[in-house]
Amino acid sequence: MKNIHVSTTINGDPTEFICAPDESLLDVLRNRLALTGAKEGCGTGDCGACSVTVDGRLVCSCLVLGAEADGVEVETIEGMADGDKLHPLQQHFIDKAALQCGVCTPGILVAAKALLEKNPNPTDTEVRYWLAGNLCRCTGYDKIIKAVQSAAAEMRGE
Amino acid sequence: MRYEKPENVADAVKLLHAETGVARILAGGTDVLVQLKAGMVEPDLIVDIKDLDGIKDITPEDGGYRIGAAVSGARLGEHAGVTALWPGVVEGFELIGSTQVQGRATMVGNLCNGSPAADSVPGLIAANAVARIAGPDGTRDCAVIDIPVSPGKISLAKGEFITSVFLPKRPERASDAYLRFIPRTEMDIAVAAAGVSLELDADGTCVAACVALGAVAPTVLLVDAAADCIIGTKLDDASLKAMASACSDVCNPIDDRRGTIEFRTQTAGVLAKRAALIAYERAGGRT
Repeated sequence: MKNIHVSTTINGDPTEFICAPDESLLDVLRNRLALTGAKEGCGTGDCGACSVTVDGRLVCSCLVLGAEADGVEVETIEGMADGDKLHPLQQHFIDKAALQCGVCTPGILVAAKALLEKNPNPTDTEVRYWLAGNLCRCTGYDKIIKAVQSAAAEMRGE
Repeated sequence: MRYEKPENVADAVKLLHAETGVARILAGGTDVLVQLKAGMVEPDLIVDIKDLDGIKDITPEDGGYRIGAAVSGARLGEHAGVTALWPGVVEGFELIGSTQVQGRATMVGNLCNGSPAADSVPGLIAANAVARIAGPDGTRDCAVIDIPVSPGKISLAKGEFITSVFLPKRPERASDAYLRFIPRTEMDIAVAAAGVSLELDADGTCVAACVALGAVAPTVLLVDAAADCIIGTKLDDASLKAMASACSDVCNPIDDRRGTIEFRTQTAGVLAKRAALIAYERAGGRT
């Protein structure tokens, strides 16, 4: 297989990498770029642990080829905090204990951020449907929904 | 495996036509990449069509809309024009997968995957949607109903691929709806499904109807006998009951742990009835 040279932007930084044609964006992020925040849960787009945004759209990076990243803008969990200052979602997940093992957390944070950018004031039902593709086997989801809502309230200035 | 991203349709056709091994089109990738990982398909060539002109666009045309083959569910759902004109088509497609899957999945991909349970296909067939196909002999149009052949098989020839789907214009008092049954509320595959499109006259009588059923036969079914039961009526109880039974009559589903033959057959009729009532209300009728 002939490797492919890809020029992309990740968390605002111009980035270049070489990948195999059948290599997923998730594998590129984790194995070639040392961005291990996105996790591989199922590898088939069911669990959402590998969530990133591509040109602002929330996607599963396991269902994107690395080659497809050419010329697009990718945002990962690593770009969420501003230096040492955590994003309100990250802070509220800690404050509300909205995680246990933490494997699903990066994906849920990326997904929740995408939701609040589109809808700053969602109902609980809207949050639950939006996050239906992010599976968590520890928390029972309730604390996750509450943490998203309290972060949303802070972001609205309430 | 080679990965190619051609810049025009002619080059895409040439690549697909010349490939002697297995070729796959990549737009949203939510089926192809899963199949790739599961080892269900080992393509020699992947043709990424996302650089083709207009492939990601929704374009008004003759009072309807042309939807490019790489338009994601998220983009389609945000389009006020298509959502207003063909709400049943949009709601069918939006039922597929998670937010993440909707960020990538395409309606044309759902059609070309060839599943009898594809949630966007009954709505497209009830809408009389037409696929535009590029191929070695040029461009041709084909009714969406003639695309699926059997589970996993479609009617396209070697070197051909769908570049867009066209949703036609419709009169003011017309609408559509799609319903499916799944054992949970999200992230599942239809056990039975129905898409209904209706046109009404000024006093609320149904003057044209299309009823399509999903997941109850090897391909999505267009049931003219069911449509005939409600054409000329205001969707009274007796007509709806006749329509539901006409739907159940043509069902030929599989029997599996997700739904028995009996359950799928009955449910298809019930869903068609409910979808017809939603479409009727959207079109401005009152039962």
